[in-house]
Amino acid sequence: MNTFRQRFFGNPRVIGGLAWLGLVIMVAIAAPLLSPHHPFEIVAQPFLIPSVEHPFGTDSLGRSIWAGLVHGARTTLVIAILATLASVAFGTLVGALAGYFGGWVDDGLMRLTEFFQTIPSFIFAIVLVAILTPSATSLIVAIAVVSWPPIARVVRGEVLSVKAREYVQAAVLVGQEDMAILFRQVLPNTLSPLIVTGSLLVATAILVESALSFLGLGAPNLMSWGFMVGAGRSFLRDAWWLVTIPGVAILLTVLSINLVGEGLNDALNPRLSDL
Amino acid sequence: MSAPILRIEDLRVALPAWSDRPLAVDGVSLAIARNEILCVVGESGSGKSVMAKAVLGLLPAPHVRVVGGAIHFEGRDLLRAEEEEMREVRGGRISMIFQEPMVALNPLMKVGAQTDEIFRVHTDLDAPARRQRVVELFSDVHLPDPERIPDSYPHELSGGQRQRVMIAMALALEPALIIADEPTTALDVTTQAQILTLLKELQGRHGTAVLFITHDFGVVAEVADRVVVMRNGRLVETGATGEVLRAPQADYTKALVAAVPSLHPRHASAPDQPAPALALRGLNKVYGGRAGLFGGPGRRVHAVRDVDLEVPRGRSVALVGESGSGKSTLARCVVGLERADGGDIRLDGENIAGFSRRQLKPYRHLVQMVFQDPFASLNPRHRVGDIIALGPTLRGTPKREAWDRARELLGMVGLQPEAVGRYPHEFSGGQRQRIGIARALAMEPALILADEPVSALDVSVQKQVLDLLDDLRQSLGLSMLFITHDLRVAAHVCEEIAVMRHGAIVERGPTSEIFADPRHEYTRQLLDSVPGKGWEH
Amino acid sequence: MTGLRLLRYIVRRLLQAVPVILGVTVLCFLLLQLAPGDLAEVLAGESGGASAEYIQDLRARYGLDKPVLVQLGVYVKNVIFFDLGFSFRHSANVSDLLLERMMPTLLLMGTTLVLSVGVGALSGLFAAIWVRTWRDHIISLGAIVAYATPLFWVGLMLILVFSVWLDWFPTSGMENVVMFHEGWDRVVDIAHHLVLPAITLSLFYLALYARLMRATMLEQRGLDYVTTAKAKGLTERQITFRHVLRNALLPVVTMAGVQVGALLGGSVVVESVFAWPGLGQLAFEALFSRDFNLLLGIFFISACLVVFVNIVVDVIYVLLDPRIRVDE
Repeated sequence: MNTFRQRFFGNPRVIGGLAWLGLVIMVAIAAPLLSPHHPFEIVAQPFLIPSVEHPFGTDSLGRSIWAGLVHGARTTLVIAILATLASVAFGTLVGALAGYFGGWVDDGLMRLTEFFQTIPSFIFAIVLVAILTPSATSLIVAIAVVSWPPIARVVRGEVLSVKAREYVQAAVLVGQEDMAILFRQVLPNTLSPLIVTGSLLVATAILVESALSFLGLGAPNLMSWGFMVGAGRSFLRDAWWLVTIPGVAILLTVLSINLVGEGLNDALNPRLSDL
Repeated sequence: MSAPILRIEDLRVALPAWSDRPLAVDGVSLAIARNEILCVVGESGSGKSVMAKAVLGLLPAPHVRVVGGAIHFEGRDLLRAEEEEMREVRGGRISMIFQEPMVALNPLMKVGAQTDEIFRVHTDLDAPARRQRVVELFSDVHLPDPERIPDSYPHELSGGQRQRVMIAMALALEPALIIADEPTTALDVTTQAQILTLLKELQGRHGTAVLFITHDFGVVAEVADRVVVMRNGRLVETGATGEVLRAPQADYTKALVAAVPSLHPRHASAPDQPAPALALRGLNKVYGGRAGLFGGPGRRVHAVRDVDLEVPRGRSVALVGESGSGKSTLARCVVGLERADGGDIRLDGENIAGFSRRQLKPYRHLVQMVFQDPFASLNPRHRVGDIIALGPTLRGTPKREAWDRARELLGMVGLQPEAVGRYPHEFSGGQRQRIGIARALAMEPALILADEPVSALDVSVQKQVLDLLDDLRQSLGLSMLFITHDLRVAAHVCEEIAVMRHGAIVERGPTSEIFADPRHEYTRQLLDSVPGKGWEH
Repeated sequence: MTGLRLLRYIVRRLLQAVPVILGVTVLCFLLLQLAPGDLAEVLAGESGGASAEYIQDLRARYGLDKPVLVQLGVYVKNVIFFDLGFSFRHSANVSDLLLERMMPTLLLMGTTLVLSVGVGALSGLFAAIWVRTWRDHIISLGAIVAYATPLFWVGLMLILVFSVWLDWFPTSGMENVVMFHEGWDRVVDIAHHLVLPAITLSLFYLALYARLMRATMLEQRGLDYVTTAKAKGLTERQITFRHVLRNALLPVVTMAGVQVGALLGGSVVVESVFAWPGLGQLAFEALFSRDFNLLLGIFFISACLVVFVNIVVDVIYVLLDPRIRVDE
């Protein structure tokens, strides 16, 4: 049996995904160094085609697209990761309590989850951002609020299955308290599906964030890839690269996260991928 | 012996690179004649199922593949036959019965249609004629109402009925050979006895050869003409059933045969009757019955009904029953994992029925449980020392002391004390069961509740664990309630026995008396159903 | 499965849906109360002078000055009688507006659903049949890329290539209003406008179902009943189409149900990109003009739609899987 490490890093898709993600993360961290210009600063003539000085050209107001890309990477990643963490934390809590305690706790929490799944999530996110007034925080809150239900369902299912295992009964028999059982015996054994779902959720969060920014509901003072696509759409006919370049950046990043997430899944559940 | 119809020569089957050994089947040769039942016996990992699947070319390609040998059947080598030729053989000349009929049947297709399919692919019969044949087959395997059963889905039938459907499918085209891969392992004892009788009856009537894969020497004694013993992919011993069972030659076979517990009760019943460590009075447990919002009334299941039972101090009592008899529910009520709906549960005289979890806490250590599944009963993320020491530390024992005690206990159950620092996945099934026993002992209980503690273990390990439990019980003066479906196991470790059916206890008393003179109809039926009951080694 | 039992099941599901939909309505109502600004402020802002008295007057006129719970009670009572109120912005009944704008959205969603489930399941099926061949690799690669592509960007790229460069399809709208097409011509015209938005919205879900279908086909193929079928002498093709296919469709059907809400959300983006005159566009306008009656109406109708499609999906599931008992 190969080790997890071998299965994970031996997968060329994972390596490809990790390479791009690594690049994006480094660019995001080093954004101020890589681009001396503020992303909203007008640096040259509008609609310049790519050149040495402005590697990806300039947009309709003469802002550097390169500056937008590197600062956008920051915004997009930070918002997506924070939103994912928030929704994983909340979803895990709801799912764990529902699955472990069952009965009316389960009924109540699952009704709540269904509720949130009945409201079309993207419309809900739009309304939330509008109500909270667009900002980085409200984007994070909105994305988290619409993304936790699937996490809750996954965790609940896992907790139900782990709870039925005999080592949990053994813990009850030696007198361990409910909360200690939940956190020491049950939850650590639901980690691997949670990690996989969580990592794939980052990709979804990026898609939601860029769609919101595209519609003009992004954080007003932060450059983001979705916003760049939205700002460029009126000039599609004459300056198609304004839309294409940030779109490709979103596509590649989401694709890489999906590849890594699936690689994790394959490496953690080797039987499924082998047969 | 007449000319063999199937001859396997030097068969070798390779496992994928990441497996623990290169070959699943390593140079096995055997032959089977017309009208013969050949049993292939082995423990898990012996390669017996892989060999059976190789005959029909059903190995999960590309990971497991045949790398050498020949399989001669009706004048050709099946390993070198074209795919089209193999399809003619499959279902037509050789058919197969699997272990778990629930998953071996397509859940979305009526059983009649699944049987009908064989005639559709192998014959030119028209629809009414095929239907006629299906009904005939179903009546041949003694399915009730053979006119209507074809229109049922698999989930609507019982386990025994599903296996009868599988047998009907296997017999459909009067094949020359039937391969039966543990066909009764997933069934209850009484159902198993019926299916074995049916298989023998049909085999005798049609003169079919049967290659019967099993791990159970009782079943071998019941059905086999000849036996082949396998271990780690190699053939260990072969011979006529009577000889192998009476006078096995190979050491491994000797050990396997000796590991089968005898049906003669080992402990004589003691004349005195000490005070009970556990006494149940009128215990009841009902599941369901709660009506849902807008839903109709839920189904009520009376899982335990009016049960009276005692476990005298220092004695071992077997609670015997088939699946669904309520024996596990009873156990869960006793240890407080379920709340009983009525009746008394007296532990050392104290009635704990209806106690909340908080109220139960001071009594927890009195009863500890040994679980069935050695792979699910130890938390894979905790070290063995933490697993054993958890209970004592929760009761206030300092951690260092609890760990020292854990080392001691590991020694008592026959493991190295250093095992405290290792994780469960580093141990085999039998060793894990020993760790589970150590965990139970760490609480210094008065009563051990063992729920089918050996049913998931290989035969050769079963007896070691049983003997360990029995020795510990006697040397520590423990009482034990032992839940099992296997009367041989009950005879081996218990002085008293209680037989449970449909939630109620139908008969109880000293094991030796009940085995010698069963009063209740169902007890007699259970005893009659034990495979290989006539065989004593 | 008798028809009557199924009918009873459907009625029960519809009854169970009522509290869910009311709950969603209440939740959204309370949420919108938190929003900064209201209709009165927006109207006053637009008319230039915004004296406090004028705003107060407007609030009183629209009942916005009453306590929140009273407003909520009135609203819920009206909803129960299918009165969704009046849109002061559009000077029309909310229900009339919704009816008018629902058809384009339903058309878009329906087409997308059929396209994505149909083509998705087929691609997944063939990828599984051709597993580990170059055909499978192409389908799987296409699916994983489509699965990672933002909807709005696909829409813009399709417009760029097929409208701007090739001029095959119109860039926006649902029909060519100035041509006054009627009858069949109008159908063709709408279909022509529908192509790009439907493809845009389908692509992601198509990829989702294709991947799911491929994975479940492969998983099912490893199960024991497939070995049984093989041991009966069936060909690979017979096994795939008679046994595996139906079993593998079940998770796809479930997923299609789960995704309806998301599909509706996705249509907001697509409607915005293609100026498709549907509910999504309407929601967007309503939000920015603080037309909360209209917005609430849209939430109400969306929740109804999601619940309804979920019931339909569950009925399909019951018909496909005999193990589901509807009378429990």
